[in-house]
Amino acid sequence: MLESHKKLERNSILLLVFAVIAVSIGGIVEIVPLFRMQTTIEPVKGVRPLTPLELAGQDIYIREGCNVCHSQQIRPLRDEVQRYGHYSLAAESMYDHPFVWGSERTGPDLARVGGKYSNSWHVEHLTDPRSVVPESIMPKYDFLARNYLKTWDLPSKMKVLKMEGVPYTKADISNAQLDVVSQTMPDEDASGLQERYGPKVVPQAFGGTPGSPTEMDALIAYLQQLGTQVDFTTYDPDYELNAAKFAAGKGAK
Amino acid sequence: MQTLNPDVPVPPMAVPAVQTAPKYDEQVIQYFTIASMFWAIAGFTVGLLLALQLAFPAFNIEPYLNFGRLRPLHTSAVIFAFGGNVLFATSYHVVQRPCHTRLFSKKMAWFHFWGYQAFILMAGLGYLFGVTQGKEYAEPEWYADLWLTVVWVVYLINFLMTLTQRKEKHIYVANWFFLSFIVTIAILHLVNGISVPISLFSTKSYYVFGGVQSALIQWWYGHNAVGFFLTAGFLGMMYYYIPKQAERPVYSYRLSIIHFWSLIFIYIWAGPHHLLYTSLPDWAQTLGMTFSIMLWMPSWGGMINGMMTLSGAWHKLRDDPILQFMIIALSFYGMSTFEGPLMSIKTVNSLSHYTNWTVGHVHAGALGWVAYISFGAIYYLIPHLWKKPAMYSKSLISLHLWISTVGIVVYITSMWVAGIMQGLMWRAYDKMGFLTYSFVEVVQAMHPYYIIRAFGGALFLVGALIMVWNIWKTIKSPDAVTAPSQPPALVAAE
Repeated sequence: MLESHKKLERNSILLLVFAVIAVSIGGIVEIVPLFRMQTTIEPVKGVRPLTPLELAGQDIYIREGCNVCHSQQIRPLRDEVQRYGHYSLAAESMYDHPFVWGSERTGPDLARVGGKYSNSWHVEHLTDPRSVVPESIMPKYDFLARNYLKTWDLPSKMKVLKMEGVPYTKADISNAQLDVVSQTMPDEDASGLQERYGPKVVPQAFGGTPGSPTEMDALIAYLQQLGTQVDFTTYDPDYELNAAKFAAGKGAK
Repeated sequence: MQTLNPDVPVPPMAVPAVQTAPKYDEQVIQYFTIASMFWAIAGFTVGLLLALQLAFPAFNIEPYLNFGRLRPLHTSAVIFAFGGNVLFATSYHVVQRPCHTRLFSKKMAWFHFWGYQAFILMAGLGYLFGVTQGKEYAEPEWYADLWLTVVWVVYLINFLMTLTQRKEKHIYVANWFFLSFIVTIAILHLVNGISVPISLFSTKSYYVFGGVQSALIQWWYGHNAVGFFLTAGFLGMMYYYIPKQAERPVYSYRLSIIHFWSLIFIYIWAGPHHLLYTSLPDWAQTLGMTFSIMLWMPSWGGMINGMMTLSGAWHKLRDDPILQFMIIALSFYGMSTFEGPLMSIKTVNSLSHYTNWTVGHVHAGALGWVAYISFGAIYYLIPHLWKKPAMYSKSLISLHLWISTVGIVVYITSMWVAGIMQGLMWRAYDKMGFLTYSFVEVVQAMHPYYIIRAFGGALFLVGALIMVWNIWKTIKSPDAVTAPSQPPALVAAE
């Protein structure tokens, strides 16, 4: 072995080529099947792309590094399911580019935070976290309420995401700037918005200013939908398993 | 036991006397060395600020200096700015010597230097303004990524061409590690960097991969940033500077070969251990866990090869603080490469994941291994590059060593205790079957440990400031009287 290794030691290009081969194998074996296997992400009813307002909120979430301290991935462990809710499904983050599962829980998991607190609680909490949770160590984000939301770039954002596989339609994209505003106006007609994103999307004054969305509105709109898309009262995680068992049982008998 | 093959240039023999060797290109190495210390202080300072923010939220200054924006500034500054510049300084130093040749292109090296500092500024300023892709250790946006690609290709070409024009038959083992580090980082960066900007005039882009796939590709990148940036490259340093400082050949040539190939082959597989119990398919999780456990062996093989290099020269460890830095680095390397496989076992990970234990583990590796082997190499390099007889003060090196070591121990033990406590409190149940603690009670319980950790980090920063002072005084000290029979390294070790 030592003798043949000398060939590599004496030829820098050969050494380079062998090193590249050595480091490529693992990555190829682990990554390529994820794109080929149907079971990587099992489709689940209810999962939809984010509305333009929520998408803007997710961008703010990433901009401020919320994912540095908050995970969005509930593991199938007894205490986590009890504390946060049903464990996370692959489908629930399939439209996130990139994923925001996080790696630390300096603060609690947010995968199912949607609907747990009221909009006004979120406004209070983001403005001054210690006013509602005295022991909190979260930074203040009151500037979000002072920043009007930039909406002009939303269509181009959605176009890029569509190219990357998020199923936004042409109508979604052309109505993006309208939908942003109408999602913050509870008293107006929202049939267009709901037609595009489903009846669960209910316009609200997230940050308290209907019709002129701030970054606060967008972030809260994003948080309030987290983990609410899938209806777990009707969701059957073992659907395929049961179907297979049923088929096998039939065959045996 | 087989020692080094005589054909292979052993550093002490390969560089018999500086005077007979070709005139090496050293100015750019000087610049990289200074840059590394500059970014080290910046990165450690931001780290201390972050530690204080967790202990006392009033240290957050919104919006630019909030924790979420500062955290990537800290990780990038220490990994890519401090670590990167040390890697470039040492790789350009080590590629010239055992190859007995000058750099392929000085111009490319200078472009690499300024281009890389520009990348650091682009990335770092971006974070403060919220420009980030949100992928850990790959936060820079598309334009900075593109620029880094150009700089990195120049680096790869310059390094590889210097290797090909070597005067020695064999490539020394340190350079295998440097070469694999450079090329693997290139592959990782290219794949993980694929993102589409929303317009050419916008800083915002979307990562082409989404959901589960993006998670695995990102951690394939993230884990191997540790494996190749923070391990393979720094092992290259170990294989050159420990033998030089100890004036002993590397312990085992055969072990070097096994170490190199098994390490680079196995490391790549370990990424999924960052995603245990998540939505990633089980088969990928199991592969990641299995290879992470296997990784323990090559890691310790390398550690043993480095430590045993001191065989017959252990007495030098007694009064050479530079060697002490290097050997403590290997001890921390051994410890964290044992801890890593342990934490990647699913049962252990169910407790440790998401907790401060991970933070402790990372810092055992980053402060104990990466920073210490770097400090050792820099203390070796400074008198060497500036042609001084030795560092200005040996006792200041010792002082740095002890203050920092206490700092690291305080840091990691506080995070171990905090992390395990956090994990246990989250899963604690009372007799009635209810969760015992609310989340915020666990946050509250972390408070004392966050303070202790900040104290440990502060000690580490103080140590580094002592080093800067020592370096400054060394550079400003009168030049060495040329003593042809004495290579500078010898003097530095005395």
